[in-house]
Amino acid sequence: MESILQVNNVVKQYGNYTALNNVSLQVPKGSIYGLLGPNGAGKTSLIRIINQITMPDSGEVWLDGERLNPSHISHIGYMPEERGLYKSMKVGEQALYLAQLKGLSKTEAKTQLEYWFKKLEIEGWWNKKIQELSKGMAQKIQFVVTVLHRPKLLILDEPFSGFDPVNANIIKDEILELRDKGTTVIFSTHRMESVEDMCDHIALIHKSNKLIEGRLHDVKRQYRSNTFEVGIIPYNLQALLADINLKYETRQASFKTLDDELKLEVKLPDGGNSRDLLQYLLQHGNVTYFVEKIPSVNDIFIKTVSQ
Amino acid sequence: MSLSLIIKREFNAKVRNKSFIVMTFLSPLLIVAMGALVGYLATLNSDQVNQVAIHDSAGLLKSDFKDGKNVKYTDLSAMPLDVAKKEVSESESYEGLIYVPATDSLSQLATTVEYISNDSPNLDFVATIEDVVDNKLTRNNLKELGFDYDKIEQAKASSKIHLSKFSGEETFKEASIIKIIIGGISGYLIMMFVIIYGNMVMRSVIEEKTNRIIEIIISSVKPFKLMMGKIIGTSLAGILQFIIWVILGLGLIFLLSSLFGVQVGAAAQPQAAEASKEAMDGIQLYLSEIWKLPLLTIFFSFIIYFIGGYFLYSSLYAAIGAAVDSETDSQQFLLPIIMPLMLGVYVGFFTVISDPHGTVATVFSMIPLTSPIVMLMRIPFGVPLWELLVSVAILFITFFAVVWFAAKIYRIGILMYGKKPTYKEMFKWLKY
Repeated sequence: MESILQVNNVVKQYGNYTALNNVSLQVPKGSIYGLLGPNGAGKTSLIRIINQITMPDSGEVWLDGERLNPSHISHIGYMPEERGLYKSMKVGEQALYLAQLKGLSKTEAKTQLEYWFKKLEIEGWWNKKIQELSKGMAQKIQFVVTVLHRPKLLILDEPFSGFDPVNANIIKDEILELRDKGTTVIFSTHRMESVEDMCDHIALIHKSNKLIEGRLHDVKRQYRSNTFEVGIIPYNLQALLADINLKYETRQASFKTLDDELKLEVKLPDGGNSRDLLQYLLQHGNVTYFVEKIPSVNDIFIKTVSQ
Repeated sequence: MSLSLIIKREFNAKVRNKSFIVMTFLSPLLIVAMGALVGYLATLNSDQVNQVAIHDSAGLLKSDFKDGKNVKYTDLSAMPLDVAKKEVSESESYEGLIYVPATDSLSQLATTVEYISNDSPNLDFVATIEDVVDNKLTRNNLKELGFDYDKIEQAKASSKIHLSKFSGEETFKEASIIKIIIGGISGYLIMMFVIIYGNMVMRSVIEEKTNRIIEIIISSVKPFKLMMGKIIGTSLAGILQFIIWVILGLGLIFLLSSLFGVQVGAAAQPQAAEASKEAMDGIQLYLSEIWKLPLLTIFFSFIIYFIGGYFLYSSLYAAIGAAVDSETDSQQFLLPIIMPLMLGVYVGFFTVISDPHGTVATVFSMIPLTSPIVMLMRIPFGVPLWELLVSVAILFITFFAVVWFAAKIYRIGILMYGKKPTYKEMFKWLKY
């Protein structure tokens, strides 16, 4: 797949501290790309380099086939984690100013702004000052300001912090719509639910190094543990329990079912397959539930980071 | 493109601020009101009449002390000295007692006259007493030597020196006072402008930092551009304010001139000026002097030195704003900035006034940290063009160096949160 952003062997040091240690990334065009990592992993340093706020000590960044240069500023929309707006400036005026800084003409900025205000049903806010708005309202404006200049690449650092669930959903839908229209979105976060929901690609950065990168599916496949969640109503509970532990590694499991059955997590031995397991189970009772346990991003994250 | 956007935003943010409008139009009024008040208080003081007692039992000097506008003498020679002293010391109405001891030889009076009072007397008054005694003794000496005092008085000549410049302009003593006032005001104004507008720059940097809008902006423009845009935008607001004040001030002088019938173009017609000079007095004289000053030079020098001095200092203010998280943290870093400004004002007031072209004044009008203030104080006295050019050149070269240095600190500082940095850390930032 064609990538819109390519980061090659980027190194960034602050004094003696290495913030990024030879990090390379490929962000495919039109994807929602989750940039994961604990606090202090180096996500923000990387994002600042992509935004040309700081320069890498070595390595290079390519955007859409060109070496990163100042003309790319207008192609990127950036919403930092720590964000804010001028408190005493009017919403409309402020949004126009920020859009013009990104290279939009005043009339163009106005058209775009009217479009977004209408879309998010906030037309009445044009002449309000930020200090008159609630935090959630200000966050909405912040989002509008970020996408106003129709960037090819949208970088959102913890985009949902500060949003109530209703507004978070509105913004989520807007992000998905932008993706469908061809915008590439980079999500930097340590909240895994939203990654599971939206991202199709992820990269994990930990202690200045990239540990994992790839399609979410592929990563999950890589981290599969050949464990199945099983629900069974056994003919003889004692006999089954005694027998199954000889053949398989099992654990108590918890998932929702309708009956009061035995719930187990069963790990296949090396080289074992699910057909053998299912056949074995069928001999011992009525199988009501049989699902491969898919590792959550959260599991992968914790597993990788704690290694 | 983006620079002009930033300049425009900063300018608008300053000018639309209510405090700017209030400051611009109210502070000249306040200054005029204060001036009027001080003037009024001064007249109050001079209306007061002081009672002074004289004890001169031999009658040697008492006829020489003549009541004046502010002083009235009362003869207490009839009382014994002790009683007179007690009377004066206890009575509220007397300032003090002049005691002239009885003596055979008048010349002894030179050392024996006493002035006794509760408070230490003002120096002018002591000088008055001494004058009276001197006069009496001089007369007496002359008489003893056989001169006729009245004839000597007649023979005394009185002259009035005509002051003029080689360029043909006439000057007179009052002009110096005007120059000191105009120079002092412009030097002081520069200092105030630098501090007020430098602080504005710093506050605006801190505002962006605490608002956290900074990261959004510098993902669109380079920090250097943002800093320069901020400095320039704010300076334009300052220049606008200055121009409004100049217009108001000129308007006031113009109004007064026409009220008192002073010809505005007096400098161009020396003959006419001379003819009417006799008729002028007080305020008219001053007004006509103002029109003869190199007003245009002062105006443009003010603008140039304001820009140079203000840019120099406000880039430092911007760097400080970037380094700290809140205004309270900035105090420690502000002191080294305010010191040279204060020094400039003090040097200006103490050396320029006594010797506008002396070594100290000249040197300080070259040092870039003080030159905007000191040079402006010197300009009304006439400064050679080459000195002006050298001083301006040094100022602007320093300005570029300081901006480069401040921009480095600014660039790093705006993204640093938390701990207040030390000078050592800021020095490290220069190398990032």
